[in-house]
Amino acid sequence: MNALEVRALAFAYPDGLQALFDVNLTVSRGERVALLGPNGAGKTTLALHLNGVLRAGAGSVHVGGLELNKANLREIRRRVAIVFQDPDDQLFMPTVREDVAFGPVNLGLVGRELDARVHDALDAVGMTEYAHRPPHHLSYGQRRRVAVATVLAMQPEILVMDEPTSNLDPAAKRELADILQSLDLTMLMVTHDMPYALELCERAVVMNRGTITGDGPTHEILADESLMRANRLELPYGFDPSFSR
Amino acid sequence: MAGALAFVLIVVATPRDAFWAYGVYAGLIVALTLSARVPLLVLVRRLTIETPFLLFVIALPFLTRGERVDVAGMNLSVEGLWAAWNILAKATLGTATMMLLASTTSITSILHGLQKLRVPTVIVAIAGFMIRYLDVIASEMRRMKVGRQSRGYEPRVLWQARALASSAGTLFIRSYERGERVHLAMVSRGYSGVMPELAAVEASAADWLTGFLVPAMAAMTCAAAWL
Repeated sequence: MNALEVRALAFAYPDGLQALFDVNLTVSRGERVALLGPNGAGKTTLALHLNGVLRAGAGSVHVGGLELNKANLREIRRRVAIVFQDPDDQLFMPTVREDVAFGPVNLGLVGRELDARVHDALDAVGMTEYAHRPPHHLSYGQRRRVAVATVLAMQPEILVMDEPTSNLDPAAKRELADILQSLDLTMLMVTHDMPYALELCERAVVMNRGTITGDGPTHEILADESLMRANRLELPYGFDPSFSR
Repeated sequence: MAGALAFVLIVVATPRDAFWAYGVYAGLIVALTLSARVPLLVLVRRLTIETPFLLFVIALPFLTRGERVDVAGMNLSVEGLWAAWNILAKATLGTATMMLLASTTSITSILHGLQKLRVPTVIVAIAGFMIRYLDVIASEMRRMKVGRQSRGYEPRVLWQARALASSAGTLFIRSYERGERVHLAMVSRGYSGVMPELAAVEASAADWLTGFLVPAMAAMTCAAAWL
């Protein structure tokens, strides 16, 4: 069974902008996929469809075999966790602990079970000692890690991240990469950071103008000069994608 | 917190001519401040927040009508003087109490306390969001200011304030959009319209007792002043 199956998905924003057009994507369990593409390609819009925050105009989304519809929205949202670009948007409760507990409480957890969930999630990102701090007292990298913990506490099957490395310094990026490597989850990572995509994801999907224009092993995609150029993608100066791990 | 509120109410209920009672209240606050290891100077500095109100109070003896009295060559109203003293003493004591609460209790504990005292969850949530995003919006405002200044904006005359007004508008829209994004993030984690209760902190009987010790002393003072 596939972890994620998107079929013929199309979506237009209320202002008429056709953001997604015939998107087909299958991700198998445990796969880590980088979603590459220029700004405005529809990457974030696609991500917001995966847990039903945006509803498709046409097409379907299946998560772990379960079709996304109104009746099982709750279960889908538990299965698909989204980490947003700006951690300040994601951390809104007075303390880190309460923020991480927000999701599980909405799932109906209480008492010891809830405490265990929160502890495990914070432990996974190495932030347990900050549990009682207000989020705005943390550094940007720490806030990003707490944001990851807030969705891990939902025990999701798929982790969707919108530009996880934006605004992070190299050390914070490294710490986050280590955390992500340690998680045994299906991952979909929207990113402009090619080296990061190559390091963490074995597969890359390219999007441009609302549709998927490339799909393959990350090192092959990054080495395909004509594909990269056609989709406004560029490698950082001096970076050689054939560099093997 | 309940203790602080009770204390303020009692102070306000004290007759204005019982000068000694106010002395006792001030003494209680000073004692509390010292026992909480808050520097008195900090408390005094924070009391300056009261200043705008005091300006109004100073005007009272000059403006109120009725029986007049000569003080240091100025013709003042007795009623006004009493009213000024009354407001000054009660406001100062009230502000000092709240400052003391604010400087000894973290914002998070205050939010927890509000919830414990059965303040509606919506209100607690609004207060929580406000505190959480105050910093975020303030830093956004600072960045916009730096942005204006780096392009040579130094308003001297009134019509140059236009850029300021449009900045305020932009800030409003940005905050609104942030609100939408926060809502998306909440919905993504299964939010269905009800904010979860914050972590419950149980207050023991001893906590309540210590909390109400000072207000109880104040209450006795107040009762004595009325008799």
